[in-house]
Amino acid sequence: MRTRGAGRLLGREGRRMADAVLFEFLHTEMVAELWAQDPDPGPGGQKMSLSVLEGMGFRVGQALGERLPRETLAFREELDALKFLCKDVWAAVFQKQMDSLRTNHQGTYVLQDHSFPLLIRMASGLQYLEEAPKFLAFTCGLLRGTLSTLGIKSLVTASVAALPSCKFQVVIQRS
Amino acid sequence: MQLGPAHPIPALCPDLQKSSELFTLTYGALVTQLCKDYENDEDVNKQLDKMGYNIGVRLIEDFLARSNVGRCHDFRETADVIAKVAFKMYLGITPSITNWSPAGDEFSLILENNPLVDFVELPDNHSSLIYSNLLCGVLRGALEMVQMAVEAKFVQDTLKGDGVTEIRMRFIRRIEDNLPAGEE
Repeated sequence: MRTRGAGRLLGREGRRMADAVLFEFLHTEMVAELWAQDPDPGPGGQKMSLSVLEGMGFRVGQALGERLPRETLAFREELDALKFLCKDVWAAVFQKQMDSLRTNHQGTYVLQDHSFPLLIRMASGLQYLEEAPKFLAFTCGLLRGTLSTLGIKSLVTASVAALPSCKFQVVIQRS
Repeated sequence: MQLGPAHPIPALCPDLQKSSELFTLTYGALVTQLCKDYENDEDVNKQLDKMGYNIGVRLIEDFLARSNVGRCHDFRETADVIAKVAFKMYLGITPSITNWSPAGDEFSLILENNPLVDFVELPDNHSSLIYSNLLCGVLRGALEMVQMAVEAKFVQDTLKGDGVTEIRMRFIRRIEDNLPAGEE
């Protein structure tokens, strides 16, 4: 017994949309929860919660990376790995591609998303700018984690000029 | 710092888009983190239930918007919608509904496999952890928003060696709308 009209929604495409929604709800709740727990809500406390979220994102990014077909792990150039992040990984995780990728060809990449899904629920513009970093920490970790599975060590930070647009800066760490 | 022009981005791995286990992977990372944050399993279980509840009270709107199901007339209809529409939509599985109580106020959802626990093993020192407890909170929160007070709990868990995973749902009471004073 199924309700009318639910057929399309229960197919694979519908499942992907719903899976994304579940993740978004979970992510929002995690941000709220990890914040509320912090006994020291001052600037020092804030950093600790951000790094916990980033660490969780890192582990998820690694796990995602481990699920990639073996062939994709052999990128000829670093830039190909970043393009992969922007196109395939972003699409798998956020159902859209990164809007732009820039690089100085010296190990720094700036990835820009004009309409980042995890920021969309927040009002657009400048109103909740202060809250934005909490909603970006997990994703920074995710990018860093996926890159690490691809054999690339990096530092990933994010900045928001106006919601829901944001930039992720990836700086490759060479030993 | 001068950056070069934006690069066109060719698709290198179309297959990745077909599988998205982001929710289950993130959930796993969350449970791991909570086990670090809290000293005992009971507290983790409570936390998962609470977070699930917070998610459920908002998820119900998304569900109703996507599924277009009408109002359920009784608990049996509710059970069907939960198993055949909601679980299918969000987790890709259809639990079976069994073990109705004679009064029709309790039933079990049997999950042959629980997608949340793919690749998960409970470490020995977490025998009281109810890994998927978020689901109970979600069910409770979502149903509360449609005027049903219920209890949901795991009574069998494949992670603990049981053959199946079983969630027992119990109808407590209908929640009446409280109209503000002065309204008719």
